Amino acid sequence: MPLAYHLQFINLLAALLLLIAFAMLSQRRIVGLVTLFAWQGAALSLATAIVAWSTGQHHLYYSAGLTLVLKVMVMPWFFYRLVKRLDVNREVEPMINIPTTMLIGIALVIFAFNLAMPISQMAGTVMRSTLGIAMACVLLSFLMMITRSKAITQVIGFMAMENGLFFAATSATYGMPLVVEMGVALDVMIALFVLGIMSFQIRESFDSMDLKHMESLKER
Amino acid sequence: MTNLLTSLDPVDWAWAGILYWLGLGFAALFLQRSRSLLTNLVFPLGALGALFIAGVGVAGLLAPVSTSVLPIGLPDLPFHLRLDALSAFFLLLLGGAAFGVTVYAIGYFRHMEAGPLAVLTLWYHLFLAGMAGVMLADDAYAFMVCWEVMALSSYFLVTTDHDIPDIRSAGFLYLLIAHVGAVSLLLCFGVLQGGHGNYTFGYMRGAALTPFWASAAYLLALFGFGAKAGLVPMHVWLPEAHPAAPSPVSALMSGVMLKTAIYGLLRVTFDLLNIQLAWWGALALALGLVTALYGVIFAAVQSDMKRLLAWSSIENIGIILAAFGLTLIFYTDGKGALAALTLTALLYHSINHAFFKGLLFVSTGTVLHATGTRLMGQMGGLIRIMPWTAWLTLIGVLAIAGIPPLNGFVSEWLLLQAFLLTPGLTQPYLNMVIPVAAAAVAMAAALAAYVMVKFFGVIFLGQPRDPALLHAHEASWPQRLGMVWLAAGCVLLGLFPTQVITWIAPVVRLITNQRLVNDGNWLLLAPVSAERASYAPLIFLVVVLVVLLLTFIWVRRTYHGRLRRSDPWDCGYPEQDARMQDSAQGFGQPIRHIFVSFMRVERETPDPFDRQPQYHGATLDKLWFVLYEPIARLTNWLSAQAGRLQHGHIQWYLTYSFMTLIFLLVFVTR
Repeated sequence: MPLAYHLQFINLLAALLLLIAFAMLSQRRIVGLVTLFAWQGAALSLATAIVAWSTGQHHLYYSAGLTLVLKVMVMPWFFYRLVKRLDVNREVEPMINIPTTMLIGIALVIFAFNLAMPISQMAGTVMRSTLGIAMACVLLSFLMMITRSKAITQVIGFMAMENGLFFAATSATYGMPLVVEMGVALDVMIALFVLGIMSFQIRESFDSMDLKHMESLKER
Repeated sequence: MTNLLTSLDPVDWAWAGILYWLGLGFAALFLQRSRSLLTNLVFPLGALGALFIAGVGVAGLLAPVSTSVLPIGLPDLPFHLRLDALSAFFLLLLGGAAFGVTVYAIGYFRHMEAGPLAVLTLWYHLFLAGMAGVMLADDAYAFMVCWEVMALSSYFLVTTDHDIPDIRSAGFLYLLIAHVGAVSLLLCFGVLQGGHGNYTFGYMRGAALTPFWASAAYLLALFGFGAKAGLVPMHVWLPEAHPAAPSPVSALMSGVMLKTAIYGLLRVTFDLLNIQLAWWGALALALGLVTALYGVIFAAVQSDMKRLLAWSSIENIGIILAAFGLTLIFYTDGKGALAALTLTALLYHSINHAFFKGLLFVSTGTVLHATGTRLMGQMGGLIRIMPWTAWLTLIGVLAIAGIPPLNGFVSEWLLLQAFLLTPGLTQPYLNMVIPVAAAAVAMAAALAAYVMVKFFGVIFLGQPRDPALLHAHEASWPQRLGMVWLAAGCVLLGLFPTQVITWIAPVVRLITNQRLVNDGNWLLLAPVSAERASYAPLIFLVVVLVVLLLTFIWVRRTYHGRLRRSDPWDCGYPEQDARMQDSAQGFGQPIRHIFVSFMRVERETPDPFDRQPQYHGATLDKLWFVLYEPIARLTNWLSAQAGRLQHGHIQWYLTYSFMTLIFLLVFVTR
């Protein structure tokens, strides 16, 4: 398969990534969110694998594998369990209503593309045009963390942000060294466990997963 | 072995002395069980260390400059040490004063519990080591480390009785101002290294700063060292910290630690900076005079004896700083000989103050232990109960009041001589203004004498104002010995000024490249020319003694010679009792009346028909309310404003990060 097809395919996957990010912004149910997160991980893993194939960067295969295992299997499974155990699969009430969030998201995407333009011209990779999408994913995930008020959605937002960062690294410089990526993956796992345990603790203390109640912890 | 010993420079001996003190301090931690070992072994050994350091100081004054690089410190950043005449002089000052104070401390701390005493012993020796380290340091890093060791250990010494809330707040104030000053010094060294990242003093000496940056460094140094020295308006910690600290600690802090600031100021201004400007001197002179007058006025109205001495320390630092300013003025004007004279006066007064203020602080410690109070209003007549303390204190009091033939007179006389020689300056304004400054110094000296009459008179003379005083006890032998050493220092420094000046000469030569010409001989001190002014303390002493003897003989022989005993200060009234004597408050009343605009006076006077009248009066520093409280309020307000950002919503915090991220992204892509 010639390189042009590879690029087309990577661009398609990148567009999918962005689409999923928007879908996550508008998704109200937590189980749906987790599914979307798993799909985002799958798209990311596939994109990375194609980059590895087309450029011959073998360490990216490991990254792709790691992403597949962690973000498509382990983490969604963990989240499903968490949602079930905590019984929080209710409607998530966003702080800002969803249409407004989508509009802000569009503004962020435009901003991210503008931002990425000068950088992507400097980058020497085949897939530099996708850098804007990667940054947009980071910003959209951040926005999701801001607008949602349940602890689990924040954790998912955090993980999605990590997806975006990973994609940005791949598209700008063919990914970080493997050691760094392993370290990041470990960090993410630990963050996941800590946040998972904390979610239980939050529910124990406040009888709810809503972070609004944490306001009462503020020092007067 | 002898080869090794002779190959050691004075600087090696000096840091060996520092290590010895550190070792003693940490050894004390293992003696937590035994109070007698701590007081009877560790403190005497510490005193020997002080004597050793003084000896190293003498050796350093005589020997050429010696340097050493210690293998301790951060990687690639070892401690550089250097012992030149300036360091050596201050080491001599430290060792001399610390010996007397430490010997005194043997007796003073005898009644403390062993556990706290062990900790105090550690801090005490760390404090001594820190001060010696400051004087030896030859790079900014070592200097700041030693400076902080000194500041922190003295903080813990001040808060020895930390279960008393007032002492905790006094300690906090001290720590706060010490650190504001330390930050300023850090910035000063940052300017001094000239942007090359080399922080050794040897490099700073060679760095060529522009007048602007040199002035910035000087101002930062003046602020930083001024905060440590007690320059108005950074003086507020002294009257709080000195009464809070145990007396030997107050003696060291006032006598020696304040001098480290003077040392640092001299080091930075004359040694490290490549240029000096005349206005720096004028500024230091003005600040010094304000400090001297402010200090002495407040000293006059105090009724707590240690607070009085703390204010008196502020006054003395003011005089030293005025001398520093005058030295700078002469130096920049090209009058090397006059700069040498002023610098001699400065250094002389520094060592004098170390001895007489050390003596007075430890004697207040004895009085405090004997009477259990610091309030002079409850004392009186102690000269008959504790004669040793009283007579030794009298020497210190006369010395600080500038009475010949004691040491305080010599340095103040030298300084006034320098002031009287200013008409030679090329700057017309300074020419006209400085005689006024001389008048201010003279007034500060006169008021200091007034303060000391009050101090001695109210505590030791008259009749006991409290019957409990009759059970007061005299100082123990180590205490007496320490006081005798310090008093002997006052007497000897006063009687042999020509010899002292030859000791100071290497320092003066180092800084001004001049030596003070003594036009007299070994007996006669004549700093400029013998025709102009000269002073011979030994002859003066002989004349005083002869006159005293003749008067005594005359009174006993040719006058009626009858002996009649009566109560002191009863002024011939048979109904006079102790409560009718002039009190500490009464003594300060005229001064308070004249200078009321600097003070906030709070008074509660009793009703005339009150059967049990209670009088309460306090004279407070107005600067506290004018300067410090607004700063505190502003800080509180600003933090309350910053506190509004804290909502407690995690979403808000995320938004803050998000906004920052967006802002930074926009900022970097511009």
